[in-house]
Amino acid sequence: MTSTVTPSAVSLTWLHLKYQFLETVRVPIAVLGNLLFPALAMFFFVVPQEEVAGDPVMATMAVASLGLFAICSASLFTYGLGVAEDRGLPFDPFVRSLPAGPTPRMVARVLNGAIFSLFGVVPLVLIGWLFTDATVTGRQLLTGIVVLLVVSVPFVLLGMAIGYSLSAKAALPVVQVILFPLAFADGLFMPPMFFPDWLAVISQATPTRAGRDLLVGALTGEPVYALAWPVLLAWTALLAALAVVAYRRDEGRRFR
Amino acid sequence: MTVTDEPVVAVRGVTRRFNDVVALDDVSLDIAPGELVGLLGPNGAGKSTLLSLVSGQRKPDSGVVRLCGQDPRLASARATLGLTPQETGLPATLKVREVVDFVAGHYPDPVRTPVLLEQFGLADLAGRQTGGLSGGQRRRLAVALSLVGRPSIILLDEPTTGLDVAGRQTLWAAIREYHASGGTVLLTSHYLEEVQALAHRVVVIDEGVVRADDTMEQILERVGLRRVVLHTTGLPAPDAVPARLTGVVRASQEGDRYELYTPDADALVREIVTSGLVFHGLEVRGATLEEAFEQMVTHPAADLHRRSAPADPPAADPAPSPSHRVNQDGAR
Repeated sequence: MTSTVTPSAVSLTWLHLKYQFLETVRVPIAVLGNLLFPALAMFFFVVPQEEVAGDPVMATMAVASLGLFAICSASLFTYGLGVAEDRGLPFDPFVRSLPAGPTPRMVARVLNGAIFSLFGVVPLVLIGWLFTDATVTGRQLLTGIVVLLVVSVPFVLLGMAIGYSLSAKAALPVVQVILFPLAFADGLFMPPMFFPDWLAVISQATPTRAGRDLLVGALTGEPVYALAWPVLLAWTALLAALAVVAYRRDEGRRFR
Repeated sequence: MTVTDEPVVAVRGVTRRFNDVVALDDVSLDIAPGELVGLLGPNGAGKSTLLSLVSGQRKPDSGVVRLCGQDPRLASARATLGLTPQETGLPATLKVREVVDFVAGHYPDPVRTPVLLEQFGLADLAGRQTGGLSGGQRRRLAVALSLVGRPSIILLDEPTTGLDVAGRQTLWAAIREYHASGGTVLLTSHYLEEVQALAHRVVVIDEGVVRADDTMEQILERVGLRRVVLHTTGLPAPDAVPARLTGVVRASQEGDRYELYTPDADALVREIVTSGLVFHGLEVRGATLEEAFEQMVTHPAADLHRRSAPADPPAADPAPSPSHRVNQDGAR
Protein backbone atom coordinates (compact mmCIF):
# COMPACT_ATOMS: atom_id res chain seq x y z
CA MET A 1 0.00 0.00 0.00
CA THR A 2 2.29 2.76 1.27
CA SER A 3 5.98 2.79 1.93
CA THR A 4 5.36 3.72 5.57
CA VAL A 5 5.71 0.81 7.96
CA THR A 6 2.80 -0.33 10.08
CA PRO A 7 2.98 0.74 13.74
CA SER A 8 5.07 -1.62 15.88
CA ALA A 9 3.69 -3.66 18.76
CA VAL A 10 5.46 -1.36 21.21
CA SER A 11 3.96 1.81 19.76
CA LEU A 12 0.51 0.19 19.64
CA THR A 13 0.83 -0.84 23.29
CA TRP A 14 1.92 2.69 24.20
CA LEU A 15 -1.05 4.07 22.23
CA HIS A 16 -3.53 1.86 24.07
CA LEU A 17 -1.88 2.57 27.42
CA LYS A 18 -2.03 6.33 26.84
CA TYR A 19 -5.74 6.38 26.05
CA GLN A 20 -6.71 3.84 28.70
CA PHE A 21 -4.87 5.98 31.24
CA LEU A 22 -6.68 9.11 29.99
CA GLU A 23 -10.03 7.36 30.15
CA THR A 24 -9.34 6.29 33.73
CA VAL A 25 -8.11 9.64 35.07
CA ARG A 26 -11.05 11.47 33.51
CA VAL A 27 -13.23 9.78 36.14
CA PRO A 28 -11.44 11.31 39.15
CA ILE A 29 -13.66 9.74 41.77
CA ALA A 30 -12.57 6.25 40.72
CA VAL A 31 -8.94 7.26 41.09
CA LEU A 32 -9.57 9.03 44.41
CA GLY A 33 -11.37 5.97 45.76
CA ASN A 34 -8.28 3.90 45.10
CA LEU A 35 -6.12 6.45 46.90
CA LEU A 36 -8.43 7.22 49.80
CA PHE A 37 -9.62 3.87 51.04
CA PRO A 38 -6.25 2.42 52.11
CA ALA A 39 -5.16 5.86 53.38
CA LEU A 40 -8.27 6.17 55.57
CA ALA A 41 -7.84 2.60 56.84
CA MET A 42 -4.32 3.57 57.80
CA PHE A 43 -5.56 6.59 59.77
CA PHE A 44 -8.36 4.69 61.51
CA PHE A 45 -6.70 1.38 62.34
CA VAL A 46 -2.95 1.95 62.47
CA VAL A 47 -2.01 5.53 63.35
CA PRO A 48 -4.10 5.73 66.60
CA GLN A 49 -2.74 2.43 67.99
CA GLU A 50 0.41 3.41 69.78
CA GLU A 51 1.71 -0.16 70.13
CA VAL A 52 1.51 -0.63 66.33
CA ALA A 53 2.37 2.85 65.09
CA GLY A 54 5.22 3.21 67.59
CA ASP A 55 6.88 -0.09 66.70
CA PRO A 56 9.01 0.10 63.56
CA VAL A 57 8.45 -3.54 62.53
CA MET A 58 4.72 -3.63 63.35
CA ALA A 59 4.11 -0.30 61.62
CA THR A 60 5.98 -1.40 58.52
CA MET A 61 3.96 -4.64 58.51
CA ALA A 62 0.74 -2.63 58.71
CA VAL A 63 1.78 -0.50 55.75
CA ALA A 64 2.65 -3.67 53.81
CA SER A 65 -0.70 -5.31 54.66
CA LEU A 66 -2.70 -2.29 53.59
CA GLY A 67 -0.52 -1.82 50.52
CA LEU A 68 -1.25 -5.37 49.45
CA PHE A 69 -4.93 -4.82 50.10
CA ALA A 70 -4.84 -1.64 47.96
CA ILE A 71 -3.23 -3.58 45.10
CA CYS A 72 -5.62 -6.47 45.46
CA SER A 73 -8.72 -4.29 45.47
CA ALA A 74 -7.49 -2.02 42.65
CA SER A 75 -6.67 -5.04 40.48
CA LEU A 76 -9.97 -6.80 41.10
CA PHE A 77 -12.02 -3.67 40.52
CA THR A 78 -10.03 -2.29 37.57
CA TYR A 79 -9.97 -5.60 35.73
CA GLY A 80 -13.05 -7.38 37.02
CA LEU A 81 -15.33 -4.42 36.65
CA GLY A 82 -13.41 -2.49 33.98
CA VAL A 83 -13.17 -5.38 31.55
CA ALA A 84 -16.81 -6.34 32.09
CA GLU A 85 -17.88 -2.75 31.41
CA ASP A 86 -15.71 -2.44 28.31
CA ARG A 87 -17.18 -5.61 26.90
CA GLY A 88 -20.63 -4.11 27.24
CA LEU A 89 -19.72 -1.01 25.21
CA PRO A 90 -20.41 -0.85 21.48
CA PHE A 91 -16.94 0.70 21.04
CA ASP A 92 -15.38 -2.65 21.96
CA PRO A 93 -16.08 -4.50 18.68
CA PHE A 94 -14.86 -1.41 16.80
CA VAL A 95 -11.53 -1.41 18.65
CA ARG A 96 -11.19 -5.13 18.00
CA SER A 97 -11.56 -4.58 14.27
CA LEU A 98 -8.77 -1.98 14.16
CA PRO A 99 -5.54 -3.31 12.66
CA ALA A 100 -4.00 -4.52 15.93
CA GLY A 101 -4.19 -7.91 17.60
CA PRO A 102 -5.54 -8.32 21.15
CA THR A 103 -2.03 -8.22 22.69
CA PRO A 104 -1.33 -4.44 22.76
CA ARG A 105 -4.66 -3.82 24.41
CA MET A 106 -4.19 -6.56 27.03
CA VAL A 107 -0.64 -5.54 27.87
CA ALA A 108 -1.73 -1.89 28.12
CA ARG A 109 -4.50 -2.94 30.46
CA VAL A 110 -2.06 -4.71 32.78
CA LEU A 111 0.32 -1.73 32.76
CA ASN A 112 -2.52 0.72 33.35
CA GLY A 113 -3.68 -1.34 36.33
CA ALA A 114 -0.13 -1.41 37.72
CA ILE A 115 0.14 2.38 37.45
CA PHE A 116 -3.07 2.98 39.38
CA SER A 117 -2.15 0.30 41.93
CA LEU A 118 1.09 2.13 42.64
CA PHE A 119 -0.83 5.40 42.96
CA GLY A 120 -2.81 3.72 45.73
CA VAL A 121 0.36 2.82 47.60
CA VAL A 122 1.84 6.34 47.54
CA PRO A 123 -0.37 7.81 50.32
CA LEU A 124 0.26 4.70 52.45
CA VAL A 125 3.99 5.12 52.22
CA LEU A 126 3.68 8.84 53.01
CA ILE A 127 1.42 8.27 56.03
CA GLY A 128 3.65 5.44 57.26
CA TRP A 129 6.66 7.71 56.97
CA LEU A 130 5.09 10.85 58.51
CA PHE A 131 2.76 9.45 61.18
CA THR A 132 4.24 6.12 62.31
CA ASP A 133 7.64 4.74 63.14
CA ALA A 134 7.64 2.52 60.07
CA THR A 135 11.15 2.49 58.64
CA VAL A 136 12.66 1.09 55.49
CA THR A 137 15.94 1.64 53.73
CA GLY A 138 15.76 2.92 50.17
CA ARG A 139 16.80 -0.48 48.96
CA GLN A 140 14.08 -2.26 50.97
CA LEU A 141 11.47 0.15 49.59
CA LEU A 142 12.58 -0.54 46.02
CA THR A 143 12.57 -4.32 46.58
CA GLY A 144 9.16 -3.94 48.21
CA ILE A 145 7.73 -2.18 45.15
CA VAL A 146 9.08 -4.86 42.81
CA VAL A 147 7.64 -7.61 45.04
CA LEU A 148 4.36 -5.70 45.18
CA LEU A 149 4.15 -5.64 41.37
CA VAL A 150 4.93 -9.36 41.12
CA VAL A 151 2.39 -10.15 43.84
CA SER A 152 -0.26 -8.10 41.98
CA VAL A 153 -0.09 -10.39 38.91
CA PRO A 154 -2.39 -13.19 40.23
CA PHE A 155 -4.98 -10.57 41.27
CA VAL A 156 -4.84 -8.91 37.86
CA LEU A 157 -5.45 -12.34 36.33
CA LEU A 158 -8.29 -13.09 38.74
CA GLY A 159 -9.85 -9.74 37.83
CA MET A 160 -9.58 -10.55 34.12
CA ALA A 161 -11.12 -13.99 34.63
CA ILE A 162 -14.10 -12.32 36.31
CA GLY A 163 -14.30 -9.48 33.78
CA TYR A 164 -14.36 -11.80 30.78
CA SER A 165 -16.84 -14.19 32.40
CA LEU A 166 -19.50 -11.88 33.78
CA SER A 167 -21.50 -8.79 32.90
CA ALA A 168 -20.66 -5.56 34.71
CA LYS A 169 -23.70 -5.94 36.97
CA ALA A 170 -22.71 -9.45 38.04
CA ALA A 171 -19.00 -8.63 38.32
CA LEU A 172 -19.48 -5.98 41.02
CA PRO A 173 -20.94 -8.24 43.76
CA VAL A 174 -18.64 -11.11 42.81
CA VAL A 175 -15.58 -8.88 43.20
CA GLN A 176 -16.82 -7.67 46.57
CA VAL A 177 -17.53 -11.20 47.80
CA ILE A 178 -14.11 -12.46 46.70
CA LEU A 179 -12.25 -9.45 48.08
CA PHE A 180 -13.52 -9.88 51.65
CA PRO A 181 -12.02 -13.33 52.51
CA LEU A 182 -8.86 -12.44 50.59
CA ALA A 183 -8.49 -9.30 52.70
CA PHE A 184 -9.10 -11.33 55.86
CA ALA A 185 -6.37 -13.81 54.95
CA ASP A 186 -4.10 -10.85 54.23
CA GLY A 187 -4.48 -9.88 57.88
CA LEU A 188 -6.39 -6.69 57.17
CA PHE A 189 -8.81 -7.24 60.04
CA MET A 190 -6.50 -9.15 62.39
CA PRO A 191 -2.73 -9.57 62.08
CA PRO A 192 -1.90 -13.16 61.01
CA MET A 193 0.20 -13.81 64.15
CA PHE A 194 -3.04 -13.71 66.15
CA PHE A 195 -4.74 -16.29 63.89
CA PRO A 196 -5.58 -19.66 65.52
CA ASP A 197 -3.40 -22.45 64.14
CA TRP A 198 -5.97 -23.93 61.76
CA LEU A 199 -6.66 -20.50 60.24
CA ALA A 200 -2.97 -19.72 59.96
CA VAL A 201 -2.47 -22.91 57.94
CA ILE A 202 -5.39 -22.18 55.63
CA SER A 203 -4.37 -18.57 55.18
CA GLN A 204 -0.88 -19.60 54.14
CA ALA A 205 -2.42 -21.30 51.11
CA THR A 206 -4.06 -18.05 49.92
CA PRO A 207 -2.39 -15.68 47.48
CA THR A 208 -3.01 -12.70 49.76
CA ARG A 209 -1.22 -14.23 52.77
CA ALA A 210 1.66 -15.45 50.61
CA GLY A 211 1.90 -12.01 48.99
CA ARG A 212 1.69 -10.19 52.31
CA ASP A 213 4.43 -12.27 53.92
CA LEU A 214 6.69 -11.85 50.90
CA LEU A 215 6.12 -8.12 51.00
CA VAL A 216 6.71 -7.92 54.74
CA GLY A 217 9.86 -9.98 54.28
CA ALA A 218 11.13 -7.61 51.61
CA LEU A 219 10.40 -4.50 53.69
CA THR A 220 11.49 -5.65 57.16
CA GLY A 221 13.74 -8.65 56.67
CA GLU A 222 11.37 -10.79 58.79
CA PRO A 223 11.50 -14.51 57.87
CA VAL A 224 8.95 -15.69 55.27
CA TYR A 225 7.38 -19.17 55.42
CA ALA A 226 9.01 -21.51 52.94
CA LEU A 227 5.96 -22.17 50.79
CA ALA A 228 5.13 -18.49 50.14
CA TRP A 229 6.70 -18.33 46.68
CA PRO A 230 5.38 -21.74 45.53
CA VAL A 231 1.88 -20.82 46.75
CA LEU A 232 1.98 -17.45 44.95
CA LEU A 233 3.32 -18.97 41.71
CA ALA A 234 0.78 -21.81 41.78
CA TRP A 235 -2.05 -19.30 42.15
CA THR A 236 -0.58 -17.23 39.33
CA ALA A 237 -0.50 -20.25 37.02
CA LEU A 238 -4.01 -21.33 37.97
CA LEU A 239 -5.50 -17.85 37.56
CA ALA A 240 -3.64 -17.30 34.29
CA ALA A 241 -5.27 -20.46 32.95
CA LEU A 242 -8.67 -19.26 34.20
CA ALA A 243 -8.21 -15.84 32.57
CA VAL A 244 -7.26 -17.40 29.24
CA VAL A 245 -10.24 -19.77 29.36
CA ALA A 246 -12.58 -16.87 30.18
CA TYR A 247 -11.15 -14.77 27.33
CA ARG A 248 -11.49 -17.64 24.84
CA ARG A 249 -15.04 -18.38 25.94
CA ASP A 250 -15.93 -14.72 25.56
CA GLU A 251 -14.45 -14.74 22.04
CA GLY A 252 -16.46 -17.87 21.35
CA ARG A 253 -19.68 -16.33 22.60
CA ARG A 254 -19.46 -13.00 20.88
CA PHE A 255 -17.08 -13.41 17.96
CA ARG A 256 -17.75 -16.89 16.70
CA MET B 1 -13.41 -1.48 -12.45
CA THR B 2 -11.77 -3.76 -14.95
CA VAL B 3 -12.28 -7.48 -14.75
CA THR B 4 -8.61 -8.14 -14.08
CA ASP B 5 -8.58 -6.04 -10.90
CA GLU B 6 -8.25 -8.09 -7.76
CA PRO B 7 -11.44 -7.66 -5.76
CA VAL B 8 -11.17 -5.59 -2.59
CA VAL B 9 -13.68 -7.87 -0.94
CA ALA B 10 -14.05 -11.48 -2.02
CA VAL B 11 -16.69 -13.64 -0.39
CA ARG B 12 -16.81 -17.16 -1.85
CA GLY B 13 -19.40 -19.75 -0.92
CA VAL B 14 -19.69 -18.51 2.65
CA THR B 15 -22.04 -20.18 5.10
CA ARG B 16 -22.41 -19.00 8.68
CA ARG B 17 -24.72 -20.53 11.28
CA PHE B 18 -25.67 -19.38 14.74
CA ASN B 19 -26.77 -22.54 16.50
CA ASP B 20 -29.54 -23.78 14.21
CA VAL B 21 -30.16 -20.46 12.47
CA VAL B 22 -28.45 -20.10 9.09
CA ALA B 23 -27.44 -16.44 8.93
CA LEU B 24 -25.68 -16.74 5.57
CA ASP B 25 -26.27 -19.59 3.18
CA ASP B 26 -23.59 -20.13 0.52
CA VAL B 27 -23.14 -16.43 -0.22
CA SER B 28 -20.69 -15.26 -2.87
CA LEU B 29 -19.93 -11.62 -3.52
CA ASP B 30 -16.98 -9.79 -5.09
CA ILE B 31 -16.44 -6.08 -4.77
CA ALA B 32 -13.99 -4.51 -7.21
CA PRO B 33 -11.83 -1.48 -6.37
CA GLY B 34 -13.76 1.77 -6.68
CA GLU B 35 -17.23 0.30 -6.42
CA LEU B 36 -19.93 1.87 -4.28
CA VAL B 37 -22.18 -0.99 -3.22
CA GLY B 38 -25.40 -0.74 -1.28
CA LEU B 39 -26.35 -3.75 0.83
CA LEU B 40 -30.06 -4.04 1.46
CA GLY B 41 -32.14 -6.44 3.45
CA PRO B 42 -34.61 -6.58 6.32
CA ASN B 43 -33.32 -6.97 9.87
CA GLY B 44 -31.97 -10.45 10.48
CA ALA B 45 -31.36 -10.94 6.75
CA GLY B 46 -27.65 -11.49 7.30
CA LYS B 47 -26.27 -8.00 6.55
CA SER B 48 -24.55 -7.55 9.91
CA THR B 49 -23.17 -11.06 9.82
CA LEU B 50 -21.72 -10.41 6.39
CA LEU B 51 -20.10 -7.16 7.57
CA SER B 52 -18.66 -8.86 10.67
CA LEU B 53 -17.08 -11.53 8.43
CA VAL B 54 -15.55 -8.90 6.14
CA SER B 55 -14.20 -6.94 9.13
CA GLY B 56 -12.66 -10.09 10.64
CA GLN B 57 -14.75 -10.15 13.80
CA ARG B 58 -16.14 -13.56 12.97
CA LYS B 59 -15.05 -16.40 10.77
CA PRO B 60 -17.24 -18.32 8.35
CA ASP B 61 -18.28 -21.93 9.02
CA SER B 62 -17.37 -22.70 5.45
CA GLY B 63 -16.22 -20.72 2.45
CA VAL B 64 -13.59 -18.02 2.13
CA VAL B 65 -13.56 -14.30 2.95
CA ARG B 66 -10.72 -12.13 1.64
CA LEU B 67 -9.97 -8.47 2.18
CA CYS B 68 -7.50 -7.16 -0.41
CA GLY B 69 -6.41 -10.77 -0.90
CA GLN B 70 -5.81 -11.45 2.81
CA ASP B 71 -7.74 -13.10 5.61
CA PRO B 72 -9.50 -10.23 7.42
CA ARG B 73 -8.86 -11.99 10.72
CA LEU B 74 -5.22 -10.93 10.33
CA ALA B 75 -4.60 -7.51 11.83
CA SER B 76 -2.35 -6.53 8.92
CA ALA B 77 -5.19 -7.16 6.42
CA ARG B 78 -7.40 -4.76 8.33
CA ALA B 79 -4.97 -1.87 7.77
CA THR B 80 -6.80 -1.48 4.43
CA LEU B 81 -10.21 -1.29 6.07
CA GLY B 82 -12.17 1.63 7.48
CA LEU B 83 -15.10 1.07 9.82
CA THR B 84 -17.58 3.22 11.71
CA PRO B 85 -18.15 2.56 15.39
CA GLN B 86 -21.72 2.79 16.54
CA GLU B 87 -22.17 6.43 17.50
CA THR B 88 -23.41 5.52 20.99
CA GLY B 89 -20.21 3.62 21.67
CA LEU B 90 -17.62 6.39 21.54
CA PRO B 91 -15.60 6.55 24.77
CA ALA B 92 -17.45 9.35 26.54
CA THR B 93 -14.53 10.76 28.52
CA LEU B 94 -12.13 11.09 25.58
CA LYS B 95 -12.01 14.29 23.56
CA VAL B 96 -12.85 14.32 19.86
CA ARG B 97 -9.21 14.96 18.94
CA GLU B 98 -8.06 12.11 21.19
CA VAL B 99 -10.45 9.56 19.73
CA VAL B 100 -9.23 10.43 16.23
CA ASP B 101 -5.57 10.29 17.33
CA PHE B 102 -6.18 6.93 18.99
CA VAL B 103 -7.70 5.35 15.88
CA ALA B 104 -5.13 7.07 13.63
CA GLY B 105 -2.29 5.53 15.65
CA HIS B 106 -3.23 2.10 14.30
CA TYR B 107 -2.51 2.98 10.66
CA PRO B 108 0.75 3.41 8.79
CA ASP B 109 -0.14 6.65 7.04
CA PRO B 110 -3.15 8.30 8.69
CA VAL B 111 -4.85 11.53 7.67
CA ARG B 112 -3.68 14.32 9.98
CA THR B 113 -6.27 14.81 12.69
CA PRO B 114 -6.87 18.58 12.13
CA VAL B 115 -7.37 17.97 8.39
CA LEU B 116 -9.90 15.21 9.02
CA LEU B 117 -11.80 17.22 11.63
CA GLU B 118 -11.90 20.20 9.26
CA GLN B 119 -13.30 18.01 6.47
CA PHE B 120 -16.13 16.84 8.71
CA GLY B 121 -16.85 20.23 10.24
CA LEU B 122 -15.64 19.07 13.64
CA ALA B 123 -12.60 21.35 14.00
CA ASP B 124 -14.34 23.59 16.57
CA LEU B 125 -15.22 20.55 18.67
CA ALA B 126 -11.74 19.01 18.77
CA GLY B 127 -11.35 19.69 22.50
CA ARG B 128 -14.84 18.56 23.49
CA GLN B 129 -15.40 15.18 25.19
CA THR B 130 -17.41 12.90 22.93
CA GLY B 131 -20.00 12.43 25.68
CA GLY B 132 -20.95 16.08 25.17
CA LEU B 133 -21.58 15.88 21.41
CA SER B 134 -24.98 15.90 19.76
CA GLY B 135 -26.17 12.80 17.93
CA GLY B 136 -25.37 14.35 14.56
CA GLN B 137 -21.87 15.37 15.63
CA ARG B 138 -21.18 11.87 16.94
CA ARG B 139 -22.36 10.38 13.66
CA ARG B 140 -20.01 12.64 11.73
CA LEU B 141 -17.14 11.67 14.03
CA ALA B 142 -17.99 7.99 13.57
CA VAL B 143 -17.81 8.29 9.78
CA ALA B 144 -14.65 10.42 10.02
CA LEU B 145 -13.03 7.59 12.02
CA SER B 146 -13.64 5.19 9.15
CA LEU B 147 -11.54 7.41 6.86
CA VAL B 148 -8.62 8.29 9.14
CA GLY B 149 -6.41 5.38 8.01
CA ARG B 150 -6.73 6.16 4.25
CA PRO B 151 -8.46 2.78 3.75
CA SER B 152 -8.96 1.06 0.39
CA ILE B 153 -12.48 0.17 1.48
CA ILE B 154 -14.89 1.48 4.08
CA LEU B 155 -17.79 -0.43 5.59
CA LEU B 156 -20.60 1.91 6.56
CA ASP B 157 -23.32 0.34 8.65
CA GLU B 158 -26.31 2.66 8.78
CA PRO B 159 -24.13 5.77 8.46
CA THR B 160 -26.85 8.41 8.70
CA THR B 161 -29.46 6.81 10.95
CA GLY B 162 -30.97 9.49 13.16
CA LEU B 163 -29.51 12.46 11.26
CA ASP B 164 -31.42 15.49 10.02
CA VAL B 165 -31.43 16.36 6.32
CA ALA B 166 -28.47 18.76 6.50
CA GLY B 167 -26.38 16.29 8.50
CA ARG B 168 -27.15 13.57 6.04
CA GLN B 169 -26.17 15.72 3.07
CA THR B 170 -22.81 16.52 4.72
CA LEU B 171 -22.08 12.84 5.20
CA TRP B 172 -23.22 11.91 1.72
CA ALA B 173 -20.83 14.54 0.34
CA ALA B 174 -17.96 13.03 2.36
CA ILE B 175 -18.80 9.51 1.17
CA ARG B 176 -19.02 10.67 -2.45
CA GLU B 177 -15.73 12.52 -2.13
CA TYR B 178 -14.01 9.42 -0.76
CA HIS B 179 -15.48 7.34 -3.58
CA ALA B 180 -14.47 9.91 -6.20
CA SER B 181 -10.88 9.69 -4.95
CA GLY B 182 -10.91 5.97 -5.79
CA GLY B 183 -12.17 4.46 -2.55
CA THR B 184 -14.44 1.44 -2.34
CA VAL B 185 -17.60 1.64 -0.24
CA LEU B 186 -19.87 -1.06 1.14
CA LEU B 187 -22.90 0.57 2.67
CA THR B 188 -25.92 -0.73 4.51
CA SER B 189 -28.89 1.44 5.23
CA HIS B 190 -32.44 1.27 6.35
CA TYR B 191 -33.08 4.28 4.17
CA LEU B 192 -33.69 3.04 0.64
CA GLU B 193 -33.43 6.61 -0.52
CA GLU B 194 -29.88 6.72 0.80
CA VAL B 195 -28.85 3.63 -1.13
CA GLN B 196 -30.59 4.98 -4.22
CA ALA B 197 -28.76 8.31 -3.88
CA LEU B 198 -25.29 6.85 -3.27
CA ALA B 199 -24.88 3.32 -4.53
CA HIS B 200 -24.06 2.30 -8.09
CA ARG B 201 -24.58 -1.36 -7.40
CA VAL B 202 -27.19 -2.92 -5.15
CA VAL B 203 -27.01 -6.27 -3.39
CA VAL B 204 -30.24 -7.45 -1.82
CA ILE B 205 -29.92 -10.18 0.77
CA ASP B 206 -32.73 -11.84 2.61
CA GLU B 207 -32.84 -14.97 4.71
CA GLY B 208 -29.11 -15.39 4.28
CA VAL B 209 -29.29 -15.57 0.49
CA VAL B 210 -28.35 -13.00 -2.16
CA ARG B 211 -31.67 -12.24 -3.85
CA ALA B 212 -30.34 -9.73 -6.32
CA ASP B 213 -26.97 -8.25 -7.25
CA ASP B 214 -27.01 -5.74 -10.06
CA THR B 215 -26.61 -2.13 -11.07
CA MET B 216 -29.11 0.30 -9.65
CA GLU B 217 -30.75 0.72 -13.10
CA GLN B 218 -31.11 -3.01 -13.62
CA ILE B 219 -32.56 -3.52 -10.16
CA LEU B 220 -35.09 -0.79 -10.75
CA GLU B 221 -35.96 -2.17 -14.17
CA ARG B 222 -36.58 -5.57 -12.64
CA VAL B 223 -39.72 -4.27 -11.05
CA GLY B 224 -41.04 -4.06 -14.58
CA LEU B 225 -43.67 -1.49 -13.73
CA ARG B 226 -43.68 2.18 -14.69
CA ARG B 227 -45.66 4.84 -12.95
CA VAL B 228 -47.90 7.23 -14.88
CA VAL B 229 -49.15 10.20 -12.87
CA LEU B 230 -51.90 12.54 -14.04
CA HIS B 231 -54.60 14.86 -12.78
CA THR B 232 -58.11 14.19 -14.04
CA THR B 233 -61.73 14.14 -12.96
CA GLY B 234 -62.69 11.64 -15.65
CA LEU B 235 -61.55 8.41 -13.97
CA PRO B 236 -63.52 6.17 -11.59
CA ALA B 237 -62.35 4.93 -8.17
CA PRO B 238 -58.87 3.27 -8.22
CA ASP B 239 -60.27 -0.28 -8.10
CA ALA B 240 -62.28 0.33 -11.23
CA VAL B 241 -59.46 1.95 -13.24
CA PRO B 242 -57.94 -1.30 -14.65
CA ALA B 243 -61.37 -2.10 -16.17
CA ARG B 244 -61.49 1.30 -17.84
CA LEU B 245 -57.86 1.48 -19.04
CA THR B 246 -56.61 -1.97 -20.06
CA GLY B 247 -52.88 -1.16 -19.64
CA VAL B 248 -53.22 -0.39 -15.90
CA VAL B 249 -52.50 -3.14 -13.37
CA ARG B 250 -52.88 -1.05 -10.24
CA ALA B 251 -53.95 2.48 -9.43
CA SER B 252 -54.19 4.85 -6.52
CA GLN B 253 -55.93 8.17 -6.12
CA GLU B 254 -55.43 11.30 -4.05
CA GLY B 255 -58.01 13.99 -4.89
CA ASP B 256 -57.82 14.34 -8.65
CA ARG B 257 -54.27 12.97 -8.77
CA TYR B 258 -54.01 9.40 -10.01
CA GLU B 259 -50.98 7.12 -9.98
CA LEU B 260 -51.30 4.35 -12.54
CA TYR B 261 -48.89 1.38 -12.61
CA THR B 262 -48.32 -0.23 -15.98
CA PRO B 263 -45.85 -2.60 -17.66
CA ASP B 264 -45.82 -0.38 -20.80
CA ALA B 265 -46.04 3.36 -20.17
CA ASP B 266 -45.93 4.27 -23.89
CA ALA B 267 -48.94 2.13 -24.73
CA LEU B 268 -50.85 3.42 -21.71
CA VAL B 269 -50.26 7.07 -22.65
CA ARG B 270 -51.48 6.34 -26.19
CA GLU B 271 -54.55 4.60 -24.75
CA ILE B 272 -55.31 7.56 -22.46
CA VAL B 273 -54.98 10.07 -25.30
CA THR B 274 -57.15 8.09 -27.73
CA SER B 275 -59.81 7.50 -25.07
CA GLY B 276 -60.46 11.24 -25.04
CA LEU B 277 -59.88 11.51 -21.27
CA VAL B 278 -59.37 15.12 -20.13
CA PHE B 279 -56.23 15.38 -17.99
CA HIS B 280 -53.29 17.60 -17.12
CA GLY B 281 -49.91 17.34 -15.38
CA LEU B 282 -48.90 14.04 -17.02
CA GLU B 283 -45.71 12.44 -15.61
CA VAL B 284 -44.08 9.11 -16.38
CA ARG B 285 -41.65 7.73 -13.76
CA GLY B 286 -39.69 4.60 -13.12
CA ALA B 287 -40.25 2.57 -10.03
CA THR B 288 -38.36 3.52 -6.88
CA LEU B 289 -35.90 1.24 -5.15
CA GLU B 290 -38.48 0.89 -2.44
CA GLU B 291 -40.86 -0.86 -4.81
CA ALA B 292 -38.11 -3.01 -6.22
CA PHE B 293 -37.04 -4.00 -2.74
CA GLU B 294 -40.51 -4.89 -1.59
CA GLN B 295 -41.09 -7.02 -4.63
CA MET B 296 -37.84 -8.93 -4.04
CA VAL B 297 -38.16 -9.65 -0.36
CA THR B 298 -41.85 -10.31 -0.03
CA HIS B 299 -41.96 -13.42 2.06
CA PRO B 300 -44.33 -16.07 0.76
CA ALA B 301 -45.26 -17.28 4.25
CA ALA B 302 -44.26 -16.67 7.82
CA ASP B 303 -41.08 -18.62 8.33
CA LEU B 304 -40.80 -19.56 11.97
CA HIS B 305 -37.07 -20.27 11.79
CA ARG B 306 -36.31 -16.65 11.05
CA ARG B 307 -36.28 -13.87 13.57
CA SER B 308 -36.39 -11.22 10.85
CA ALA B 309 -39.01 -8.54 11.00
CA PRO B 310 -41.26 -8.47 7.94
CA ALA B 311 -40.89 -5.63 5.49
CA ASP B 312 -43.51 -2.90 5.59
CA PRO B 313 -46.69 -3.85 3.76
CA PRO B 314 -46.19 -2.96 0.10
CA ALA B 315 -48.10 -0.28 -1.79
CA ALA B 316 -49.72 1.12 1.34
CA ASP B 317 -47.93 4.38 0.58
CA PRO B 318 -47.37 4.87 -3.12
CA ALA B 319 -45.35 8.07 -2.65
CA PRO B 320 -43.04 7.16 0.19
CA SER B 321 -41.53 9.98 2.17
CA PRO B 322 -37.73 10.18 1.94
CA SER B 323 -37.36 8.83 5.44
CA HIS B 324 -39.58 5.85 4.83
CA ARG B 325 -37.88 2.87 6.42
CA VAL B 326 -37.70 -0.77 5.52
CA ASN B 327 -37.97 -1.85 9.10
CA GLN B 328 -39.42 -0.32 12.17
CA ASP B 329 -36.72 -1.54 14.49
CA GLY B 330 -33.49 0.11 13.56
CA ALA B 331 -31.61 -1.30 16.51
CA ARG B 332 -29.22 -4.14 15.91
